[in-house]
Amino acid sequence: MVRAAALTGLIALLAIADAAAADSTLATVRERGRVVCGASQGTVGFAIPDVNGVWQGLDVDTCRAIAAAVLGDRDKAQFVPLTGQQRLTALQTGEIDVLPRTTTWTLLRDGNGINFTIPNFYDYTAFLVRKAEDVRGGADLKGASVCIQTGSTTEIILMDVSRTLGLELRPVIFDSIQATRQAFFAERCDALISDASALASVRASQTKNPDAFAIYPANDEISALTPAVRHGDDQWFDIVKWSFQALLMGEQLGITQENVDDMLTSNDPNIQRFLGVEPGNGKALGLDEAWAYRIIKQVGNYAEVYDRNVGKDSALKIERGPNHLQRNGGLMLPLPFN
Amino acid sequence: MGSFLRNAKVRSIAFQVVVLLATVGLVVWLALNTATNLAARGIAGGFDFLSRSARFPLSQNIIPYDTTDSFAWALFVGLGNTIYASAWIIVAATLLGFAVALGRRGRNPLARTVSTTFVEMARNTPLVVQLLFWYALVTLSLPHPRNALEPLPGVYLTNRGLYLPAPSVSDGAIGVEAPVMGRFNFEGGFDLSPEFVAMLAGLVLYSAAFVAEIIRAGIDSVGVGQWEAARAGGLTERQALRLIVMPQALRVIVPPMISQYINIVKNTTLALVVGYPDLASVVATTINQTGQAVEGVAILMAVFLGLSLMASLLLNWYNRRIMEPRR
Repeated sequence: MVRAAALTGLIALLAIADAAAADSTLATVRERGRVVCGASQGTVGFAIPDVNGVWQGLDVDTCRAIAAAVLGDRDKAQFVPLTGQQRLTALQTGEIDVLPRTTTWTLLRDGNGINFTIPNFYDYTAFLVRKAEDVRGGADLKGASVCIQTGSTTEIILMDVSRTLGLELRPVIFDSIQATRQAFFAERCDALISDASALASVRASQTKNPDAFAIYPANDEISALTPAVRHGDDQWFDIVKWSFQALLMGEQLGITQENVDDMLTSNDPNIQRFLGVEPGNGKALGLDEAWAYRIIKQVGNYAEVYDRNVGKDSALKIERGPNHLQRNGGLMLPLPFN
Repeated sequence: MGSFLRNAKVRSIAFQVVVLLATVGLVVWLALNTATNLAARGIAGGFDFLSRSARFPLSQNIIPYDTTDSFAWALFVGLGNTIYASAWIIVAATLLGFAVALGRRGRNPLARTVSTTFVEMARNTPLVVQLLFWYALVTLSLPHPRNALEPLPGVYLTNRGLYLPAPSVSDGAIGVEAPVMGRFNFEGGFDLSPEFVAMLAGLVLYSAAFVAEIIRAGIDSVGVGQWEAARAGGLTERQALRLIVMPQALRVIVPPMISQYINIVKNTTLALVVGYPDLASVVATTINQTGQAVEGVAILMAVFLGLSLMASLLLNWYNRRIMEPRR
């Protein structure tokens, strides 16, 4: 009943929300002085508070980039921890302004009151297994019990994989990520299925000996984890999209947190345009001209954000893979800033 | 005019009309505003999604279910799980509660202490914590299937559940199918999952504590003279309880028991924390897959309202039946 009560509460918000207030998210955010982002309930590398209570992660930095662009300060971002079930409703009802929370872009979600912006991480579905089980991939799991969190696209993928490969997998389903992980570590299940990034996070942070665990892809599909906004506010949609694009373009142009001030005097017209030395971009989005400069200065470019949170400088050590820039063989495509 | 306003009857009717109009107005305003906001935010309404294929798995089910079945069928299967679990819990909690109530009233000091301790502990800790405790106990204390305990031949106790031989029909002959250890799990036979066991244990013990107090209060409400008269008439203690005291105590017991049973049905929605797929869990998954939050919660509320009303009607009918004419 607790869950139903929480959902009922969100729907009650929908019932009493003032329709007029939903008109301009930008105005609401400026008046409030904070960007409110949906966050996970604790996924290392993507969104989790550190020992000082400061939120850290790739999704968190995606939100901080928006705060730096819109409010001039990366710390004017507020994070609301949401379960898998709550996240879409919280966005639809206006509880949060942006949802950068490892959410896979799908048609049904897209069609139902939210707009996906641009993927900030490409992921795939995978199994986490104990190496002692002598499993070399998903096909070896015939008859295995698999722990899974409900409220995700993963449960549909699990059943598709099980049917396609004739694996007769036995799902054990929980609503919270903690319960799902605990059941796996209690050996209630032979495998834990989730996004590979989340599994890397579990392996790095919750096992005594990460080397005793292996991660295998469940299928050959890549899912696009994409920050989303509500329907009905195209200006906000654009701002969120281009705040993330600024991270990619920063990497493309070789602008880092360190050298961004030197770059202000660059002769490269692309850099001048990007950093707002040559004006125009800010006005088009309804922001000031230094918005992209502030994102790089305060948050860094995409490579810096990636390495710090999930890549080589983090505990997760996830390969860049599909998250490389397009010119390096990945799927991250910087769009022209003009 | 002044005397008209001071008329108690007129005033009470006027107040009731005002309250009624305000309530109806508020409900209509909320409904219209919700519809407007849903439309403004581009959220498609309606129940069309119910006929689409659900595609998500359920970890256990009483009614047959396949991932190609519709959302409507998945919800029905979830309802089946809720009713199945509630029925077991109501029966078991009533029996256990009755035993505990007698223990608390009895002369045996050991039984009294145990019963009292049980009631206080079960009533005064949150149900969710109890469910998580039982689940952790089952999954952490029992061995992996490879090292399964075998208390009886063909019966295996593991942290994946209890496996029993099941009757089977092959080539027209009735035989027994024993569970056999496969690569990861036992295959075949009949099995009880740790999720179901934890949910059952948690809810039965929690509810039994309340049931015990209801029954004890009922028995205590019967005057001591009734016991004395029964003994004087030559009845044993057991006969006195069964023939004289309980029929009178039931009048006091049944009404609060009705609400307790309804509470049990509603409390099954907490079973999701230990991974049991009841109706609320299927609704939550459906909402996440389709984004139809308003419709999903409306279905959940309507079903539980219906279940509770049905239970209430049934028990009220029973209550009227056992009511003897008042002296």
